Amino acid sequence: MSTQTPDTHLTDSVEPGGPPTDEALLSCEDVSKSFGSVRALADVSIWARRGEVTALVGDNGAGKSTLVRCIAGVHRPDGGRIVFDGTQTNFHSPEDARRAGMETVHQTLALVPELTVWQNLFLNREKVRRFGPVAFLDRKDMQAESRTMLSRLAVNVPSARSRVGRLSGGQRQAVAISRAAGWGSKLVIMDEPTAALGVQETAKVEELIRTLRADGMAVLLISHNFDQVMRLSNHVWVMRAGRLVGGRRTADTSGDELVAMITGTLTA
Amino acid sequence: MSETNLTAPVRDVEPLGVRLRDVGFWADWAAVVGLVALVIVFFIATPAFLTVGNVEAMLVAAAILVVLAVGQTFVIATAGIDLSIASTMTLGAVMLGWASTRGWSIAVACVLAVLASGVVGLVNGLLVAKGRITDFIVTLGTLSAAAGAALVISDGKPVQVPSTFLLRLASGKVGPFGYSVLVAVAVAIVAHVVLFRTRFGVHLLATGGDKESARAMGVDTDGMKIAVYTISGVLAGLAAIMLVARVGAAEPAANTAFLLNSVAAVVLGGVSLFGGRGTIVGPVVGALLLTALVNGLTILGVSQFYQPLAVGIVVVLAALLTRFQR
Repeated sequence: MSTQTPDTHLTDSVEPGGPPTDEALLSCEDVSKSFGSVRALADVSIWARRGEVTALVGDNGAGKSTLVRCIAGVHRPDGGRIVFDGTQTNFHSPEDARRAGMETVHQTLALVPELTVWQNLFLNREKVRRFGPVAFLDRKDMQAESRTMLSRLAVNVPSARSRVGRLSGGQRQAVAISRAAGWGSKLVIMDEPTAALGVQETAKVEELIRTLRADGMAVLLISHNFDQVMRLSNHVWVMRAGRLVGGRRTADTSGDELVAMITGTLTA
Repeated sequence: MSETNLTAPVRDVEPLGVRLRDVGFWADWAAVVGLVALVIVFFIATPAFLTVGNVEAMLVAAAILVVLAVGQTFVIATAGIDLSIASTMTLGAVMLGWASTRGWSIAVACVLAVLASGVVGLVNGLLVAKGRITDFIVTLGTLSAAAGAALVISDGKPVQVPSTFLLRLASGKVGPFGYSVLVAVAVAIVAHVVLFRTRFGVHLLATGGDKESARAMGVDTDGMKIAVYTISGVLAGLAAIMLVARVGAAEPAANTAFLLNSVAAVVLGGVSLFGGRGTIVGPVVGALLLTALVNGLTILGVSQFYQPLAVGIVVVLAALLTRFQR
């Protein structure tokens, strides 16, 4: 992991944690958010590029989730601005963010176990055929397209018609990621995608994340697992107590340095 | 990525032999199996059970319960329960009678019945979704309120409703099927299509299956709750018209048997009380089963007092079996 990647000279001109480059798909500039008298985020500026995995690390309560919620339209920031794909965002709901091409894989996965794989993939985006005033589900089409979505990421589920409740934890995670990666999304936000998984399933999910990156998508990864961050990410942002401590190219840092930044023994 | 644990030995359709040995299969088909068993037992006990006349009578007797059970299914599929369904029907019936005593046309009276019941359902839905009160408590409250309103409006007295339209609804036939049976079949078919072939149906099942996940995906879960209770209320209003037609009068009776049987039919039909899973066929067959049970016992000359006992036992057995659902 410590070997230099050819990636580094690309970023020579960029200060680690410095201003966003042209390639930044997402950039947050001085984003702040308070809940009552609690300052959850204070002037946080980060960016994420296409074709890269950008990790967001920090202790519990560091503000990672709040930041991600501001990005994904769950919360509205009190101050600062968020630019996504060249335009300043003004999301009123996660639906707006989704329409703009930003998908979140929630820690809970947001899958309905009682529904089938294809019903979950198309939940609230169902394809319908209109017959006058009524619209019927186009089930054949959705099932076929589900198979395409799953095979694109080489996701191995028994059938698009099986109930999600009967799948293993890794399979569910894969379905949730497939859903997020579909729909022409540009940014996929993942909140602890492997927290509940075993070793093999974690490896498989990390493989999926690499596939997304290879497809040119930007991945914003929240993870407590330093080994995973070092393995997967291209860039790491460290947060503490609602503030940004700093950013590093993953190739230029180490787990020890990140820990020091998180705990506050090392600044900037 | 060869034989990782993402491959599970779950197949879409298992061979029949395997499925027959799976207790989950029997749980899914409890109502059908129960109905077939019941018909065979009663037929052996008394061949009068399977005469054309008796089957026709049974279907007519089941029609109201089928309509109520369909309404109850929608609510239970969202993990709710409508305890007010029978007294909402009573209120609808009383409104019909009230309108008819004022000399209003039967069409207006029927619309009023459906409207009144629909409003009760809408109130249920609003209280559950926006008021954030548990389904059980809300509908327990409206159970009492609607029954009380029915007593107040009717002054506790039944009203004769002379109407050729209602008379025809009660006694008219197409082939062997009474009009009321056809109404129930139409309701069931529409309900099935809505539940399984529309976005609304998927969103409804998603709401019942996992409300937080559904909301995270942008499903209007509050809207779904309001919708299912309104549907339940409107169907209770339709059942009210069928009830007045059958009885020939609008009575402020409590109709508790309809409430219990509507829930029982849904449970027999394999619909999960936790929401998200269900069929329309199941509860319809469940309603037929309950009707056949009462009918068979009556033909056999078993005292009426045993009927609730038998219904209770069958329902609890069915609920036990659903624990093994896949």
